[in-house]
Amino acid sequence: MSSRSQARLGRSIALHLFLTPLALIWLFPLWMMVVFSTMPDNGIFSPGIELLPHDNFIDNFNNLQRDTNFVGAIGISVSVAVTYTFLSVLLTSMAGWALARYNFVGKGVVVAIILGTITLPYAVVLIPQFIMVARDFQLANTWVALIVPPLFNSLGVLFMRQAFSMMPSDLFDAARVEGVKEWRIFLFVALPLARPMLAALAIILFLASWNNYLWPLLINSQPGAMTAPVALGTLIGLTKVSWGGIMAGAVMLTVPMLVVFVLLQRHFIAGIAAGAIK
Amino acid sequence: MRHQNATAYRFLAPYLLIFSVFWVWPIISSFLISFQATRTVPWRWAPTFNWGRLIGDPAFFNALKNTLLILVIQVPVMISLAIVMAVLLNSPLLKARGLYRFAFFAPVVVGEVAYSAVFRLMFNLNFGIINKLLNSVGLPSIDWFSNVTPAMALIMIAVTWRWAGYNAIILLAGLQSIPDDVYEAATLDRVSKVKQFFYITLPLLKPIIVFCAVLSIIGTMQLFTEPFLITERGGPGGGTETLGLLLYRQGFRSLNFGYASAVAYTMAGLAIAITLVQLWLTKEPK
Repeated sequence: MSSRSQARLGRSIALHLFLTPLALIWLFPLWMMVVFSTMPDNGIFSPGIELLPHDNFIDNFNNLQRDTNFVGAIGISVSVAVTYTFLSVLLTSMAGWALARYNFVGKGVVVAIILGTITLPYAVVLIPQFIMVARDFQLANTWVALIVPPLFNSLGVLFMRQAFSMMPSDLFDAARVEGVKEWRIFLFVALPLARPMLAALAIILFLASWNNYLWPLLINSQPGAMTAPVALGTLIGLTKVSWGGIMAGAVMLTVPMLVVFVLLQRHFIAGIAAGAIK
Repeated sequence: MRHQNATAYRFLAPYLLIFSVFWVWPIISSFLISFQATRTVPWRWAPTFNWGRLIGDPAFFNALKNTLLILVIQVPVMISLAIVMAVLLNSPLLKARGLYRFAFFAPVVVGEVAYSAVFRLMFNLNFGIINKLLNSVGLPSIDWFSNVTPAMALIMIAVTWRWAGYNAIILLAGLQSIPDDVYEAATLDRVSKVKQFFYITLPLLKPIIVFCAVLSIIGTMQLFTEPFLITERGGPGGGTETLGLLLYRQGFRSLNFGYASAVAYTMAGLAIAITLVQLWLTKEPK
């Protein structure tokens, strides 16, 4: 073995010796979430070290359902996230398309304002949004309140603008010569071509809606209108509550997303790398 | 040209409508509200009412101090860790790359409530796995929730766990856009890997590092869920109270919208200052 390849081997071993413990530390909280969700409460609060799953998940889930209507909350979360994702993808693609393919008066201003909001704290709009939705529109504890205000998304528009501006003009010009209307070109030529980018955007937006906490906590605070994270959050800190149940809820919120992440990793990473969420 | 104006704005209309109603107006509105006394009916103009209270409020300075302390420690630690993760994940020597990527990127999909709950259990004083592991190697238990320093450390650990991989994804994409021949040339010239990292990778990655740092600072500045759920409403005794939590308590517990808006605009001021620093840092040298 040459000294060159020996050095390479040494470097490779050092790399794995460093990265493996770090990876295990990073996986540990997720692993413990699964372990806790399968342990009875008196097992979670016992002096022994337990690192392997037990078989108490169903009981924990029943306790959770007793403490709060978690299944109902999951139903709200899924419906809201699906509707939000569809509408938001549509809106941001339309805006991205306009910014990428047309010259119009005020374009520079629109782009500058969108860029400006990226670094603006959400806190600045939170209070007026709440006053408007809850008091002026009387829409607290409705789906509309959960779906509509978060529809504004600056990084998504920039992502779609980028996607559409990279497409060759000939495609669209050919359709225009045929007399095809602009909205049909957008819907039937541009959108199908942008499918990978749309997938990346949709995943990121779905995840953002699924995990959103602060806005749903404020606006949908009635038990029957809560999303799943908010319903779960109300249990944390109660004195008489099943922690195994809370962990079962955490697993139900997290594991489906992990599966989606593994299956669609490429799109996920593309969406985040392009900075599609704040 | 005229035709394009109409077409473009038709595509932009729904987006701009949402933007105007839920962002543009609120930005103006919360600025105006911060100059009003909002606990009287009707609200009345009182330009120094909230801002005057803010500059003399120990609770505000406590929250500001805690937020800045978390920023100054947590963001650099997390960004450095994210750079290390990205560089090592990018190494051609790495085997089973998919497993490592999963380990570091998985927290990105985990919701704040779910992971806050897990961290609360893991760091529990008597029954938490972390203290049990500390004890098993002969170290004393740490009371993570009753003392300010460990509680702050816990918040920083939690946020770092959740967001380091997110930043590593962005940095990794940046690394992969650096052409290979730069490194090949350096290797031919017998430049060591460590030197390559400091003299090639870091300078070329600088704009992306700054971008990650700014997004992280603005995110951490608004930190709310972790001190709300993990250390239970900013405990112990306000020791982990952040500006985000102060805004929540003032705005939505005490329904003092004027004061909460002043807190919000303090955050905006900080964010603007940080953005200006970013623009200055990434300015192309003339």
